[in-house]
Amino acid sequence: MSAATEIAIRITVNGTVYEKTVEARLLLADFLRETLNLTGTHVGCEHGVCGACTVLMNGDSVRACLTFAAQADGAEIETVESLGTIERLHPLQEAFRAHHALQCGFCTPGMLITGIDLLKKYPLASDAEIRDGLSGNLCRCTGYEHIVRALRAAATARDNGEAGETG
Amino acid sequence: MKPPPFAYAAARSVEEAVAALATAGGEAKLLAGGQSLVPMLNFRLLRPAVLIDINRIPNLDHIREEAGGLVIGALTRHRQIETSARIAKHFPVLTAAMGHVAHLAIRNRGTLGGSLSHADPAAELPLMAQLLEAEIRIANGRGGRSVAARDFFRAALTTALADDEMVTEVVLPALPPGTGWGFEEMAERRGDFALAAAAVTVTVEDGFCRACRIAVIGDGNGATRARDAESAIAGGPKDAARIAAAAEAAAGAVMPSSDLHASAEFRRHLIRSLTARALDAAWRRAEEART
Ligand SMILES: Cc1cc2nc3c(=O)[nH]c(=O)nc-3n(C[C@H](O)[C@H](O)[C@H](O)COP(=O)(O)OP(=O)(O)OC[C@H]3O[C@@H](n4cnc5c(N)ncnc54)[C@H](O)[C@@H]3O)c2cc1C
Repeated sequence: MSAATEIAIRITVNGTVYEKTVEARLLLADFLRETLNLTGTHVGCEHGVCGACTVLMNGDSVRACLTFAAQADGAEIETVESLGTIERLHPLQEAFRAHHALQCGFCTPGMLITGIDLLKKYPLASDAEIRDGLSGNLCRCTGYEHIVRALRAAATARDNGEAGETG
Repeated sequence: MKPPPFAYAAARSVEEAVAALATAGGEAKLLAGGQSLVPMLNFRLLRPAVLIDINRIPNLDHIREEAGGLVIGALTRHRQIETSARIAKHFPVLTAAMGHVAHLAIRNRGTLGGSLSHADPAAELPLMAQLLEAEIRIANGRGGRSVAARDFFRAALTTALADDEMVTEVVLPALPPGTGWGFEEMAERRGDFALAAAAVTVTVEDGFCRACRIAVIGDGNGATRARDAESAIAGGPKDAARIAAAAEAAAGAVMPSSDLHASAEFRRHLIRSLTARALDAAWRRAEEART
């Protein structure tokens, strides 16, 4: 085992395989935004508190600002760009649109990715549970109420077996 | 880039990791979940020369039964502890506490070993280690050792670990039959670090308390056992006066200070009420366990 300041990584992002050599200290968030030009993942606080940079790593939500790109060697990453397109929104994106769950949009990528992981792992049987689940994602516009409504709609659709709701 | 420069290596075994720590002579840091270490790097509060990533070491995330208790690997993620049926069966108080640890994305990454080694004074896992009298198994180049939780935590962010040591497992000894538990926490939002928390086990036999443990978070020194509060409960029957006396003693066991989140006065008030609630719940569960 020898430590190095430059690391060769092979990483799958939204289904595409990338092979790059990165500085050991390069954060996954900066790798996505600056190396791959995938700027959908937003960088807010850069210490894990705001949740804007949340992405899926091997299916689990993680903070891209608290993960080094080198650690994602061999991993599958999914960012907000993997969800839907403007013409064809992902059902959770559609729920956000229908319930006015975004204003400036800065927190939205992290909210969506967190929402997808929450829908996969928790019953979200009450609004209180949804609020607890979203407690690690900060929004300075909406007051959260409409985000909770969007998640409520998505959880209901999931429970009714409507396809695609959890991504 | 936010973090300072460092050299990175992914260890494949515990032996490799501790050998690398020894070689670096205090200039290296282990990287587990990164949920406490990476914020400190991003703030440049730390400038280690080397980061030794332990995430690729196999067989360090087990939850195994041993002598009626459990042995949990250091790389076990918070989310695994939160959802483990084995933990819910043996130590439901730990399951309850996990619901208060950070947020899903943090719990997906954060590890047991990392939380204990980081020793944040408001963190739930060190509180659980104190309550459940955990033994912390440590690897080093000298044959390893095992340290009891009460000796492991020295002060806020300070443990008994030497620069070349790594936590490998945490042993939680079995609780006696007839033990009930209580866990109460107050934080500004779910998942935030606790303003105050109280965790309790009570072992009840024939209506009398045979053993009582009370651990609290409420000041900058970290989780502590409230021994005087335990004495107020142990040996006696359940009654409101004893619980009130224990709650008062628990509030006296911490030295909170005032900051922008809460005044010292309010934190003491919280400890008092959370301890009383946790005791009440623990006693009730102990009696239910008996019937
Ligand atoms: C926004 C946010 C909110 C949080 N809220 C809470 C909360 O409410 N409650 C709570 O308890 N925690 C909370 N945390 C902290 C979280 O639980 C961390 O995951 C945990 O404290 C550290 O675990 P880690 O595996 O991430 O360790 P790391 O960050 O990787 O490491 C922390 C320290 O421990 C050392 N270390 C790691 N593993 C070992 C080992 N096996 N042996 C020896 N040393 C080791 C590292 O070298 C480092 O010094 C929060 C974190 C964030 C970012």
